[in-house]
Amino acid sequence: MNAILHDLIDPQSILFLIWTTLAKSAGILCVVLGMVSYTVYAERRVSSLIQDRLGPNRTGFPLGLFGNLFGIKWRDWSPILGGLGQPIADALKLLLKEEFTPAFVKKLYFWIAPGLGIGAAIIALAVIPFGSKIWGVDMVIANVDIGPLFIFAISSLGVYGIVLAGWSSNSKYPFFGAVRSTSQLISYELALGLSVVPLFLIIGKLNLVEIVNYQVQNGWMLLPGLTAGKPPTLQQALLWVPTLLAFITFTVAMFAETNRLPFDLPEAETELVGGYHTEYSSLKFALFFLGEYTAMITGSAFIVTLFLGGWHCPFIPDGSAFSVGGVLFGLINIAVFFTKVFGVLLFFIAIRWTLPRFRYDQLMKLGWIWMFEVALINIFLTAFILAFVR
Amino acid sequence: MAYQVPRPKLTIAEKLYIPSVLAGLKITLGHLVRMLRGKTHVCMQYPEEKWDANLPEHYRGAPTLVSDEHGRTRCVACQLCEFICPPRAIRIKPGEIPSGDKFAKVEKYPEAFQIDMIRCIYCGLCQEVCPEQAIFLKKEYAINGTSRAQMVHNKAKLVEMGGQRTGLVNKWNEKK
Repeated sequence: MNAILHDLIDPQSILFLIWTTLAKSAGILCVVLGMVSYTVYAERRVSSLIQDRLGPNRTGFPLGLFGNLFGIKWRDWSPILGGLGQPIADALKLLLKEEFTPAFVKKLYFWIAPGLGIGAAIIALAVIPFGSKIWGVDMVIANVDIGPLFIFAISSLGVYGIVLAGWSSNSKYPFFGAVRSTSQLISYELALGLSVVPLFLIIGKLNLVEIVNYQVQNGWMLLPGLTAGKPPTLQQALLWVPTLLAFITFTVAMFAETNRLPFDLPEAETELVGGYHTEYSSLKFALFFLGEYTAMITGSAFIVTLFLGGWHCPFIPDGSAFSVGGVLFGLINIAVFFTKVFGVLLFFIAIRWTLPRFRYDQLMKLGWIWMFEVALINIFLTAFILAFVR
Repeated sequence: MAYQVPRPKLTIAEKLYIPSVLAGLKITLGHLVRMLRGKTHVCMQYPEEKWDANLPEHYRGAPTLVSDEHGRTRCVACQLCEFICPPRAIRIKPGEIPSGDKFAKVEKYPEAFQIDMIRCIYCGLCQEVCPEQAIFLKKEYAINGTSRAQMVHNKAKLVEMGGQRTGLVNKWNEKK
């Protein structure tokens, strides 16, 4: 008994590893899924504010239903937190809707597709360092040496959810959506992968924790001079140009990868009814919805980790100290990370209402003729600077 | 024969696309900021704020039954409104006023008066046809209920909504 207890707090033991990993997984799942629902809320609210409307500002928490429980007079919270209860109402609505499976679908694949979509998006979160350290435990679920490759591999699996959904729905608009999604993936995956190669050339590591640590010491990839606390060297200053190019191409490719406007061709409402999820209803539709927004969060987290310094905030130390202060700073680091992710999400939303949807041939042209070439040239530019400028 | 659409000549900045993205972002974020600072006034918070004060004089809302200065419902159950009502929303059951009554001269009164607000089309013909000026369209538009039965306004409800109105034609005056 004592041995097990000892194992539980011994950082070297396998038992310690298991329970901390489980705790981290549960924690990140709760945070991210909560964040998904509030991203949907933010999307609706910010969209409407941009369009000079108010958006959902009514639904509160119906605490008044408790009546006089525990001797407290509960009141509805809607006047104070107007609209913040909306995600709960939305989720309830989606759960309680009729689960309808059309007779003409291919049942097995029709059922697998929504799970694939969300599964891929959530699994990709495993390698993203969402904090520094708390009590010596790395705030990343899986500290693997192939982080970015893992994310690329898993997040492109997400497209199988869309393709399966479109194909198994056995009707024309979902099928169009699926075909578009496939070709979009082919044209953007290349640019997505190539655009971050300059980063790995500069940093020299493929471990996301190490990539963040590099940025802690040398300044964020995107703002090297401002965040390192020391002026950048000539090489660093020159490398800022390819980093910026990489950031732009990567972000654009990420928009395409997550099916966000202006690249939301697989579910273009005006052209394809609902796109690949036309035939879905209730919980299965909710899973697609969830998967889409989880993919958005994963993408934003990836951008933050690679370019915006991950959990690092200037003048705030990491949480590696074994003290109350250390734990506190560790928690602050996590908060900083999620704040940055939320900032990127807001950028995603703002872009949605800025750019119209690309025409199909424009999308292909942008992917193959511009992004791919820019990413390739960028690699050589970075290599040149690294080799000849000291 | 295919028609050749002349393409506009784009400058390098336009071809790069990024400056136009930034310009677009400036517009959208400008709208966002103006909204957050409360400079944009477009939305009316409906149940709390209402447009009632700005309703035009001729606005046609729910039909109601008005009472005269003695508190008598002006309707004499002539059933003209029932006959003219295009969607047949009105149902009247006339009743006789007993001879000893103060208003015995009027002879009839509506024992039951129902307007089905699901059927009503707010045309105002009932108001126009009424020889007694007993039925008026109020500026009442928020008519709701959770069942079909609740959407049928009965006499009590109509009289309550109509309220009292004076200064109308008064042909049942004792002196006349």
